[in-house]
Amino acid sequence: MAELIAVRTGFVLRRPGLVLATLVLLLVLAWALAPGLFTHYDPLSGVPRQKLQAPSAAHLFGTDETGRDVFARVVHGAGLSLRAAVSAVLISLVAGSALGLIAGARGGWLDAVLMRFMDVLLAVPPILLSLALVTGLGFGTTKVAIAVGVANVANFARLMRAEVLRVRTGVYVEAARAGGVRWYGVLTRHILPNAAGPVLVLAVLTFGTAVLEISALSFLGYGAAPPTPEWGSLVAGGRSYLASAWWMTTLPGLVIAAVVLSANRISRALEGERHD
Amino acid sequence: MTELLVVRDLAVSYRGVPAVRGVDLSVRSGQTLAVVGESGSGKSTTAHAVIGLLPRGGRVDGGSITFAGQELTKLSERRWREVRGSEIALIPQDPAVALDPVKRVGDQVAETLLIHHLESKRSAPAAAAELLRRAGIDDPERRARQYPHELSGGLRQRVLIAAALAGRPKLIIADEPTSALDVTVQRRILDHLEQLAAEENLALLLITHDLGVAADRSDEIAVMSQGRVVEHAPSRTLLAAPAHAYTRQLLSAAPSLATEPLRARRDTGEPLVSVTGLSKDFGPVRAVDDVSFTVAKGQTLALVGESGSGKSTTARMLLRLETPTSGTVIFDGEDITAARGERLRLLRRRMQLIYQNPYASLNPKLSIADIVTEPLRAFKSGTRKDAAALLDQVALPSAMLKRKPAELSGGQRQRVAIARALSLRPDLVVCDEPVSALDVSVQAQILELLVRLQEQLGLAYLFISHDLAVVRQIADHVGVLRAGKLVEYGTAEEVLHRPRHEYTRELLTAVPGRLERAA
Repeated sequence: MAELIAVRTGFVLRRPGLVLATLVLLLVLAWALAPGLFTHYDPLSGVPRQKLQAPSAAHLFGTDETGRDVFARVVHGAGLSLRAAVSAVLISLVAGSALGLIAGARGGWLDAVLMRFMDVLLAVPPILLSLALVTGLGFGTTKVAIAVGVANVANFARLMRAEVLRVRTGVYVEAARAGGVRWYGVLTRHILPNAAGPVLVLAVLTFGTAVLEISALSFLGYGAAPPTPEWGSLVAGGRSYLASAWWMTTLPGLVIAAVVLSANRISRALEGERHD
Repeated sequence: MTELLVVRDLAVSYRGVPAVRGVDLSVRSGQTLAVVGESGSGKSTTAHAVIGLLPRGGRVDGGSITFAGQELTKLSERRWREVRGSEIALIPQDPAVALDPVKRVGDQVAETLLIHHLESKRSAPAAAAELLRRAGIDDPERRARQYPHELSGGLRQRVLIAAALAGRPKLIIADEPTSALDVTVQRRILDHLEQLAAEENLALLLITHDLGVAADRSDEIAVMSQGRVVEHAPSRTLLAAPAHAYTRQLLSAAPSLATEPLRARRDTGEPLVSVTGLSKDFGPVRAVDDVSFTVAKGQTLALVGESGSGKSTTARMLLRLETPTSGTVIFDGEDITAARGERLRLLRRRMQLIYQNPYASLNPKLSIADIVTEPLRAFKSGTRKDAAALLDQVALPSAMLKRKPAELSGGQRQRVAIARALSLRPDLVVCDEPVSALDVSVQAQILELLVRLQEQLGLAYLFISHDLAVVRQIADHVGVLRAGKLVEYGTAEEVLHRPRHEYTRELLTAVPGRLERAA
């Protein structure tokens, strides 16, 4: 056991970036779960006398044009932003995997029809697709999440189908069939667990891009209605003061960047471990 | 005569784990030394140390390797490059992966010539073609312009031999040069290699797991086990009077050297499965052509043939994993040629399959208990609790139940696959090359296990094999397939001892280990 811990410690020490990435995501998660622990300022109502103050010990990220603490708004916005990103990933993961699994396992005309439809989705730039969807669905964080999720379905479907095609020809899959296992048993016990690895890595990777895409949509004004704090709208809100109060856009923007980079780093580690 | 290569007290380890310990070997010019051992015995590691190509993590810890008076273990990488190819050459194991798929084979042979400045850019192609011709390739100018994927396994192995000969080496190391090839091709390649070595007065270091091949081809044999040479003697002495217990074990296990069947052969019995006029087309190619045979209850029918002969396809059609293009399959009096859906699934209960490669046929994510009881659970006739009894049947301890396939050796995995196939108490088990991926001593154990289970459970086996030596040990009836056609079919006694077809005779003479016994 002691040996195992020593091995683990060595593994971690050789990857400081991975440790940092994990810490960043854990911190942001803690913000989302218990924002009150990290800041005592109210994210919605400000003190007009303290408007547009630069970052200081009292206001880590400075204050905005109505005297609200920007750090408090980032911390309180984490919950909404992360929930939107997670739901977007779940939508694309579940729907994309299911479609890819069916297409890969069934084959034939169904495969052809599904994958040509996915090709169409892939041909449209995802942000454009999300914009079109959110225009149709209406505004709000949940709807933005759905729009981003649907725009990513095609990636998951393609990867899952490719993995299923690889696993499906495996000897142990045929062995299960020859052993009299029913088709859904073969699918759930043999094909799915062996095909899921790369798809889960893609899910973590997509979490990063989903944060970015959701922020972009709420930056454009499709997300939460003001004054609810949300990362993308925070960046958008500071735009008019960019010359005089750089912190209002830069610091929330850096938080988004840190979360995206951390998700990328962790997905890369997951991918690497699969090959070790 | 002086020794060309002398290895003294060689020790090699991988990341601190010893792989080879205290190995002494020597080879003279014009002599063939065979190093025989099972996987993990250190034979390939020794060979790779001699040519300075240990895999990453490998390190020579001690001892000396002298080649023509020169110490090799202290050479710089630069000096090594001069030695490799022009003094010592390697013929790698697997011709399927040892050639660069995007370069023409002629260029790959010519590469050695250019690196060692033996030919100019202009003269190299002609020299490469000449080398290909000497390696026994017909129409070498045309072949030189082809890519590896256009060549058969035997031709690719000849290309590798040509590339090894290119630098005019004094020592050739052949690492299992033919184990990926069919027996008749194997024999032609080895004959040719032997002849070339004799013409050029080359020393040959032959690494093999097959004592039969070693017996036929070498002057001396060194037997390796667990990183040490346990016995080293002239071939004839070693085979006639093995001194070490491990050598005796290898000799008794080698199927190519055993002649007696494992149980008395049976001639007649009640038919269980019969196929008539079975054919299968893959596109324009006819893989199986009008094949008919019968498997009787409690007996073994062996289907023999080389790769591409259609033997696996025939077995898969019988199991209805493939649908025949024409012909009928009758199982226990019932026509199952057109069975599908639930009726086919219920049939699976009575016929099971054991695959060639136990590394691929077990789902890596499941525990052994899950794997062996899966068919039981699929038919709701048992639970995971039955797993221990199933493992006991194939002589595996119940401590294995919680493990994953990756934690088991090849032989143990094949036992798990057998336990799975027998879990439903089938009447027929199709064994598709069940021992060809295993070491010889493990092969012998698995074959004995199969025969014991047949006696206990009254199983019928359809045994697919390319190896007549294995077939000789277990078959009651033998069918010989060639290019999709059943060229000979009869009792094992007739087919193996009084073959009527020319091709059967050729297969029989190609079995390694025969030359020594005839002598």
